Amino acid sequence: MTVSVTVPTAMNKRAAQAASVKMSARGVKVFYGENEALHGIDLDIMEHEVIAFIGPSGCGKSTFLRCLNRMNDTIAGSRVEGQVTLDGNDIYDPSLDVVLLRAQVGIVFQKPNPFPKSIYENIAYGPRLHGLARRRAELDDIVESSLRRAGLWDEVKDRLNEPGTSLSGGQQQRLCIARTIAVSPEVILMDEPCSALDPIATGKIEQLIDELSESYTIVMVTHNMQQAARVAHKTAFFHLGDLVEVGDTDDIFTNPREQRTHDYITGRFG
Amino acid sequence: MNLVLIATVLIVMAMAYQVGLSRSRAVADGGVRLHSRPGYYGVLVALWCGLPALLLFGVWLLLQDAIVEVLVVQQLPAELAALSEREMQVLLRRIGALASGQGVSGEVQAYEVAAAQQMARLESMGRLAMIAAMAVLAVVGLVTAQRRVSPQLRARNQVERVITALLALSSGVAILTTVGIVLSLVGEALHFFRYISPAEFFFGTVWNPRFSTSGVGQQGEFGLLPLLWGTLMVSAIALLVAIPLGLMTAIYMAEYAPPWLRNVAKPIIEVLAGIPTIVYGFFALIVIGPFLSGLGDMLGIGIRATSALTAGLVMGIMIIPFVSSLSDDIITQVPKSLRDGALGLGATKSEMIRQVVLPAALPGIVGAFLLAASRAIGETMIVVLAAGNNPVLHANPFEAISTITVTIVNQLTGDMDFSSPQSLVAFALGLTLFVITLGLNVIALVVVRKYRQQYE
Repeated sequence: MTVSVTVPTAMNKRAAQAASVKMSARGVKVFYGENEALHGIDLDIMEHEVIAFIGPSGCGKSTFLRCLNRMNDTIAGSRVEGQVTLDGNDIYDPSLDVVLLRAQVGIVFQKPNPFPKSIYENIAYGPRLHGLARRRAELDDIVESSLRRAGLWDEVKDRLNEPGTSLSGGQQQRLCIARTIAVSPEVILMDEPCSALDPIATGKIEQLIDELSESYTIVMVTHNMQQAARVAHKTAFFHLGDLVEVGDTDDIFTNPREQRTHDYITGRFG
Repeated sequence: MNLVLIATVLIVMAMAYQVGLSRSRAVADGGVRLHSRPGYYGVLVALWCGLPALLLFGVWLLLQDAIVEVLVVQQLPAELAALSEREMQVLLRRIGALASGQGVSGEVQAYEVAAAQQMARLESMGRLAMIAAMAVLAVVGLVTAQRRVSPQLRARNQVERVITALLALSSGVAILTTVGIVLSLVGEALHFFRYISPAEFFFGTVWNPRFSTSGVGQQGEFGLLPLLWGTLMVSAIALLVAIPLGLMTAIYMAEYAPPWLRNVAKPIIEVLAGIPTIVYGFFALIVIGPFLSGLGDMLGIGIRATSALTAGLVMGIMIIPFVSSLSDDIITQVPKSLRDGALGLGATKSEMIRQVVLPAALPGIVGAFLLAASRAIGETMIVVLAAGNNPVLHANPFEAISTITVTIVNQLTGDMDFSSPQSLVAFALGLTLFVITLGLNVIALVVVRKYRQQYE
């Protein structure tokens, strides 16, 4: 099986667009109890860009990712300070409905987590929650188009009623991506989406990320620096709860400004 | 006396331990490396010394009475051989009482006195012989084991084997007890079915056993159905109360309650399971029954104070903790990744619970329900006090009913005669109940196990 990753063309296309800021973080601190996990992060995420967060384990990159759709709310004892905006609106505003936020900013987790339901029901779950389809036919359309965009339709179209857990690991992860796409988010967060997958499945997901960046803003956490280099337009390096450096992926990997970034990408620590 | 004997053996074993310990140290002083640490040699010597003696003691106790009885019977006058089995039992009991110095009613026959003296003599002889044999075994064991202490002896491994055997023996006791209970139930139930045909018992709709004293001519009617129906009705009411309340409690405790509340509330709910059922019973009889009856008057429906409803309601409260704590455990076991998945799609908490967590936990929750049901079916004290004991087939939950368990209590209290169907029916009822609850438990365990495999 050959997997083609067409990063350079995608990047060139994107560079031509006049990008606008999709999400923005200012002075974001996260506390778990007394422990400060993030020490004030400032970051802008442009529309339709793929940005990768890299850094050693425990550096806070996943924590920051989860701030972007308030998944940190589900962890007991966690507290967020600072400001995060989506299209200029503060997402930590008390009047904001977190349920609607998560429909706009979807998330794909490290381990594929299909619901113990059929493949069809896995995809239909989100649209049903948000009342996106009035008739069964509309729902069928959403399910089909989501699966097509996730590149899974041809593999599962004849067995939509089988349980989602019967798929292979890579298929399950694409099912989870399709499930996220089904609610038409604007931003998709991916928390190490390939760390539980083999290289072939990883290649498919990377290709998918590249295609999805046409329509969505994608923020991904990865431990795999080659992966960041392959798919991300921009890369941000986190270390010990600080955002050390952010810039175009090429610059980060070939010409980092900070010594710590240089040490990390050349394998001195991490 | 026996206790003194056991204590003596234990003391001897402690001394044997010391002997083994010092012996192994002496061997080690020669500069050789022992296979095991000295303590193990001590334990091994102690076991060699004590175990055979204790085993002999146990076997002797089991057999002595039977052997003495046979010897005594042989010495009885020849004309007594014509006695029936039951009469012989009575006679032996009299002789036994005389031998141990207790009085007996009626005139004491000369041959009884002779037999009693012989029995006493045999017993004391047997005891002396047993003590002597135990002493010999202990000494032989001690000497043999002590001689065997050498650097090559794998005392550690041998002690390990004894411990394994001990543990296996302990679990054997529980299993053998279960088997014994089942066998005795089956045996006596078969005995019962010699009087009443199984078809009559299992499909009979009238329960009217009569008293065994009211004459042999009129046979009672032993129909199981009214009792089975009563049991099922009370259990169903109990489950109707316990399942919604228990499940909602579990959901609140597992998903919503802050940790401090959970830590306080869970033990309090579990206390419900620790209240003796007799207390629930009189609570039902004194408080709930009259309350329901008054409520019925207000609404214009006749509710008896002791009825299926009263018993079922209180039983339902009793089994809430079974449903809630089992369901709670199972709900907490649903992986966080599934919850995150639902929340990440923009589900609210209750949507997540209803649509993802509960379906995922369903097999386990059903298992919890089945365990609660088997508990309800076997429950006795509450129904004895609050169900009214009226074994009639009817569908009105506001009327008194009777259950299998209540009937077993009734048939086994007062004068018992285990050659009449009136008493023997208890075994057939017990067997029926056992089969029902066993079936439910097996199904529940299978269901729960299947669920566990899904996420481990």
